[in-house]
Amino acid sequence: MYARALTWWIILRIALEERLVYRGDFMLGTLMRFLPIITQIFLWWAVFETVGGGSVADADIAGYSYNDMVAYYLLTMISRAFSSMPGLASGIALQIRNGEIKKFLIQPVDLIGFLLLNRIAHKLVYYTIAILPFAFVFYLCRNFFASGWPDALTLVAFIASLIMGFLIGYFLEVSIGLIGFWFLEVSSLLFVYMLFSFFLSGHMFPLDILPAPWNTLVDILPLKYLAYFPSAIFLGKVTGWDLVNGLAIQAAWLIFFIAFSRVMFARGVKRYSGFGG
Amino acid sequence: MPVIEIEQLAKSYRVYQKKEGLWASMSGLFHREYRDVNAVRGIDLTVNEGEFVAFLGPNGAGKTTTLKLLSGVINPTSGTARVMGHVPWRRENAYRRRFALVMGQKNQLWWDLPALESFRLHQQIYRIDAQQFEETKNELTDSLEVSNLLKQPVRELSLGERMKMELTAALLHSPEVLFLDEPTIGLDVIAQHNIQKFLKSYQEKRQVTIMLTSHYMKDVAALCQRVVVINHGQIQYDGSLAGIVDQFSGFKIISLQFAETESFDDLERYGQVLEVQPPKARLRIARAEVPSVLAAVLDGHSIVDVAVEDPPLEEVIADVFSQGNDKAASENTPKETSLTNHK
Repeated sequence: MYARALTWWIILRIALEERLVYRGDFMLGTLMRFLPIITQIFLWWAVFETVGGGSVADADIAGYSYNDMVAYYLLTMISRAFSSMPGLASGIALQIRNGEIKKFLIQPVDLIGFLLLNRIAHKLVYYTIAILPFAFVFYLCRNFFASGWPDALTLVAFIASLIMGFLIGYFLEVSIGLIGFWFLEVSSLLFVYMLFSFFLSGHMFPLDILPAPWNTLVDILPLKYLAYFPSAIFLGKVTGWDLVNGLAIQAAWLIFFIAFSRVMFARGVKRYSGFGG
Repeated sequence: MPVIEIEQLAKSYRVYQKKEGLWASMSGLFHREYRDVNAVRGIDLTVNEGEFVAFLGPNGAGKTTTLKLLSGVINPTSGTARVMGHVPWRRENAYRRRFALVMGQKNQLWWDLPALESFRLHQQIYRIDAQQFEETKNELTDSLEVSNLLKQPVRELSLGERMKMELTAALLHSPEVLFLDEPTIGLDVIAQHNIQKFLKSYQEKRQVTIMLTSHYMKDVAALCQRVVVINHGQIQYDGSLAGIVDQFSGFKIISLQFAETESFDDLERYGQVLEVQPPKARLRIARAEVPSVLAAVLDGHSIVDVAVEDPPLEEVIADVFSQGNDKAASENTPKETSLTNHK
C-alpha cells in the first residue's frame, strides 16, 4: 500500500516537473483563455439589450437576468478548467498509432492510472498559474454575482461536483482515445464530441433555458456534469434533495466511465495483441 | 536449465491491402481486402540460462515479431512459449518485473526531463529498493560512461548517449532475461563498439539470458556464442557463428602475392578471380579443391605470400538469406498468402 502510494507520488512529481519545462507556453496559454470573457460579456449584453427592447436591466431570458448570465458564464469557465482535457484523447490515439503504447504492455505500470496522475499534475500546474488571473477576473466581475458567496455546504457540494467533473472528463476522454485501438485516427470523432460537448455540457449557455424535449435530452446525458451542473450548484439553482440526487447521479456516471474505460482498455489491448503490434 | 522454451510458435497478421489511386482509396472506405501475413510460422527454440543468442534474418523475417511475442506485447496465433515459467502474453506483473525489452528505435525515457528522473520512475514502477537502485544505477552509468550526463534533458543527448541511457533504464531492475532489438541501429562505430563492450562484460558478470537482433555482424561476432537464423518466419539455422560459414559456404578465399616477374594472365584456370592488383590477387575456390589448387599455384608460379580465408561473414549470411528466399518461393507460394475478403 505504502509502496503504491509512493509510486503515485513519484509519477506525479515527475509529471509536474515535466509540465514546468514549458512554463512560457503555459503562461501564455493560460492568459489567452481569459480573452473570450470580454467578448462573451459584450455578446450577452447585446442579446439582453435586444430582448429587453433597449433596456438590459429589465430583460430576462428563461429566468436569467444579464447579471445571472455573466455569472453563470464565469462559473462554467471554472468547471471547464476542471473537466476539459486538452490533448488527452488524441495523445492516447497517437501512442497507439506509433506503438508507444507497448511500454504499458511491457512495463508493470497501468496506462489509465499513469495518465491520470499526469493529468492531475497538468491541472495542478495550470491552477497554480491561473489562480491569480482567475481571482483578478472574478474580483473585477464581482458585481455580476447578485447573491454573493453561497453557504459553506453549497461550496462543498460545488467542489465535490468539480472534482467529479474532472474525473468524468478524464475517463470519458480516455475512452474516446482508446477507440484508437480500432480506428487509429480519432480526431474527427473527437471534433464531433467537442462540438456536442460545447452545447450540451452548458459551456455555451445554461442548459435550463432549453425547451422540451432538449432539456430532457441534456438531463439524460452525462455531459451536463462537465460544466452546467457545478455552476448551477454555485448559483443556488440546485438545492436540497435535488442536489443530493444530482451528486449521486454524477457519481454514478463517474463509476460508469471508470468501468467503461477499463473494459475498453482490456478489449483494445486484446485486439492490439491479436492483430497488430 | 532452459529459460526460454518455445514450441511451434506461430503468428499471422491481417493487413489491409490498399490499392493505388484515388478511386481505389474511396472504394476502400466501404470494402476492404485483407491479406494474411504469416510473420512467424512454427518456431521451436530452447534457450538456456546465461546464453547470449543472436537472432539473424533479413528485414521482415520475423525477428521482431518473435521478440514481441516473448515480451508479451502480442498474442500468438498458435503454439506455446514460456519464459522463466511464465506465459509472456498473460502479462503478469511478476513476469514484467523479471525481463526487459530494449528497442533501438523506440524511446522510453521522458524526452524533456533528465534521464535520472526517468530512472527514478523505473525505480518506483519496478519497486527497486533505494540502496540497490543507487548501486545499480552507478554501476551501469559508470561502465557506460554517462554518469556525468544524468542531469541533462534527454532531448539534448546524442543518439549514442541516449541509447546508453535507454539501456541503463532497462537494466535498473536487474532483469534475468533481456531482449535487445537492434540496440546499435544508427550509431557510429565507436558508440557501437562501446555498447558491445558493455553488453559483453555485463552478460559475463551477471549471467543473464540475452536475445539480440542486429544487422551488424560485428555485434553478433563480438557477443554471441549462438546464432539463430530466421527467414520467412522459420528457423533456418541454429548453432555457432563459425558453423554458419562451414555449413553454408562451400568456398574459401585464397590471397596470393606473386614475385615481381610473374604474369597474371592465366589465373582463371584455378578458380573465380575476385581481384587482381599486381603483385597481389584473390581467388574464390571451392573448399574441396583448395589443397589441389594451392599445390598447382605453388608449383607453377613463384609466390611470395599466401593466405587462405573464409569468405566475409556478411556475404555468407546474405547467401543464407537468399537461399531461404528461393526455398520459400519454390515450396510455399500458394500457402504463404491467402487473400480474404472482409466486408
